[in-house]
Amino acid sequence: MTVPVGSGGAPGIELLDSRGVWTPVDGLLLEVDQLQVEFRTRDGVAKAINGVSFDLHEGETLAILGESGSGKSVTAQAIMGILDSPPAFITGGEVRYCGQDILKLSDEDRRRVRGPEISMVFQDALSALNPVFPVGWQIAEMFRKHRGMNKSDAQAQAIRLMERVQIPGAAQRVKAYPHQFSGGMRQRIMIAMAIALDPAVLIADEPTTALDVTVQAQIMQLMADLQQERKMGLILITHDLGVVADVADRIAVMYAGRIVEQAGAFELYAQPGHPYTEGLLDSIPRLDQKGETLSAIGGLPPSLTNIPPGCPFNPRCHYAQDICRVDPPPPLREVARRRFAACHFSELLLAHSPELEVTQTTEEVEAHVEFGPEHPMSDLKIPTEAGFEPPERGGA
Amino acid sequence: MSRDVVLKAENLVKHYPIKAGVLRRTVGYVKALDGVSFELYKGETLGIVGESGCGKSTLGRTLMRLEEPTDGKLFFDGVDVYAQKGAAMRRLRRDIQIVFQDPYTSLNPRKTVGDIVGEPFEIHTDVVPKRGRRQRVQELLELVGLNPEHINRYPHQFSGGQRQRIGIARGLALNPKVIICDEPVSALDVSVQAQVVNLLGELQGSLGLAYIFIAHDLSVVRHISDRVGVMYLGKLVELGDEDQIYSRPTHPYTQALLSAVPLPDPTMRDMREQIVLTGDVPSPANPPPACRFHTRCWKAQEICSIEEPLLVERPDGESAHLSACHFAEPRVIVA
Repeated sequence: MTVPVGSGGAPGIELLDSRGVWTPVDGLLLEVDQLQVEFRTRDGVAKAINGVSFDLHEGETLAILGESGSGKSVTAQAIMGILDSPPAFITGGEVRYCGQDILKLSDEDRRRVRGPEISMVFQDALSALNPVFPVGWQIAEMFRKHRGMNKSDAQAQAIRLMERVQIPGAAQRVKAYPHQFSGGMRQRIMIAMAIALDPAVLIADEPTTALDVTVQAQIMQLMADLQQERKMGLILITHDLGVVADVADRIAVMYAGRIVEQAGAFELYAQPGHPYTEGLLDSIPRLDQKGETLSAIGGLPPSLTNIPPGCPFNPRCHYAQDICRVDPPPPLREVARRRFAACHFSELLLAHSPELEVTQTTEEVEAHVEFGPEHPMSDLKIPTEAGFEPPERGGA
Repeated sequence: MSRDVVLKAENLVKHYPIKAGVLRRTVGYVKALDGVSFELYKGETLGIVGESGCGKSTLGRTLMRLEEPTDGKLFFDGVDVYAQKGAAMRRLRRDIQIVFQDPYTSLNPRKTVGDIVGEPFEIHTDVVPKRGRRQRVQELLELVGLNPEHINRYPHQFSGGQRQRIGIARGLALNPKVIICDEPVSALDVSVQAQVVNLLGELQGSLGLAYIFIAHDLSVVRHISDRVGVMYLGKLVELGDEDQIYSRPTHPYTQALLSAVPLPDPTMRDMREQIVLTGDVPSPANPPPACRFHTRCWKAQEICSIEEPLLVERPDGESAHLSACHFAEPRVIVA
């Protein structure tokens, strides 16, 4: 895949005159550095991503965990370069792939990255696949466009890939259309397409959310096998704390367009370093436990057009104090070895310190909830070509 | 356990015709429900789990009589529901209400919250006198944790969790005895999901409601249910107390389903035994004969494709509960 070229040269010097000039340095594939994205809508500017930084190494699985509207999918789309602009604008930061900022590449160079180097599996395979072309044709398109193969060679490659993702009767089904496959099989086709050109980075955006648990188990197994086989760096975007616990090496937790905590999977589940992570872990019912009342996080995520000053989580946080309510928001900092959190009281939380006071209970948070109107970002899907339509406002 | 049975389903069957050709002739049937029987006790929660296409939503709709059953009987407090007509049926509907899955499509966007929650009173005019309705709606909103002053707002002005609360308030309007919750929290984020699950629990305690809680999330179902039924291709394959189903499942399908749920604990990563089923669920239009699970079952033998295993009490080690497998034996999946 990536043909090594002389290393040591300053990144950005090697030009993309031929395929495969990308070489990771010390296994570092991707660095996202202070990324900022905003959506300019009729209702104002929604700050979807506010300075997100993380990196990804070869063979590593980084899970980006967050609820709807936290900016996890927008991050993925920004890395892939598939954000529709307008309404989305990348207003700051860099996305470096093998040391080079891919946000600065021309459209044509970007296309050479998208697919062979960084590739993506989408959540909803039925809407991500084109309904009017056979699946084999769609997989083969990767080989025709990027590798210049002829139709029959590309088709043969497509069949080989369909076999690799364990689609039974691949040779017979290569000419079938997406609607003729089950949800799990469609997701396999999406995966086949994503790995067709042997990318170094695979971004999976909620790959199993639409699937049943037994099928989810099959797909996660397949992705783990493929990653092992190809040493891919995997970014798994999900809201499912179970899936994350099963596969992630490192976890980045997002809230209101920021990473609020980043840590190794074992450490994070053993003791969260941010009150939001703590609340999230406490609010899930467990299959292996029967509890009484779930300790829910009170209130709602903030509107991205109107993020509260200070820490964005402060209105819902049990430990919020005056310092949390004023700008600047607490930065993501190293609070323990290889653990990062954006909270003033992270150390106390990690140490179970009695000094950490509960300043407001869930009930008190609930009592202060500013009811509606709902923020437009939660209804935000991938913007349409016609432009971004915010939900209509009714009289109140 | 001598408890009052509030709802009793006997051999419920719902087949949807498949039409094809220019004459739209019926060429087959989708057997969405194929003989489901159970009892629901007063004040309890019966969880129904299963994968998509297993018929759990059809079951909910048939219990509401939103769908006429192909066969079978349903008794509410001893009254044969499907035999009722007109006014008697309308009277009966007050007692069984439903909360839908999708809080975005189940509320009319052109109506205010007050209209939505108060609409049941338009049909059942004698429940609350006309003058008291607005006040009753506000009480209901307060009951589900919404601000009663927001009675004139529209659904889009609320978040997903708040909309689901509106749906629950509407379900409670006629003081029902049974609420069918069809995936009430599936569309919600984890932190909000917990709020709604807690609300359902509180309401059950204070109002003495019985729930049929239909969901595909096995963890949520365990949390909220007293008893759990597992469905596969239109049939109940296992039914028992929450503890019997989760700690001592005897049906291979239940075992596979439980083993597939990832636990939110990385230290359990390689500890648990995972049964990965091969293939997909067969089409309900052409289900396998006899035991419907035999095509994917690792225990299957000849008898499984010849003789259908009945849903009868089979020993699970400590007690016995209903299971439909010739080779039922308990297996510990989750601790």
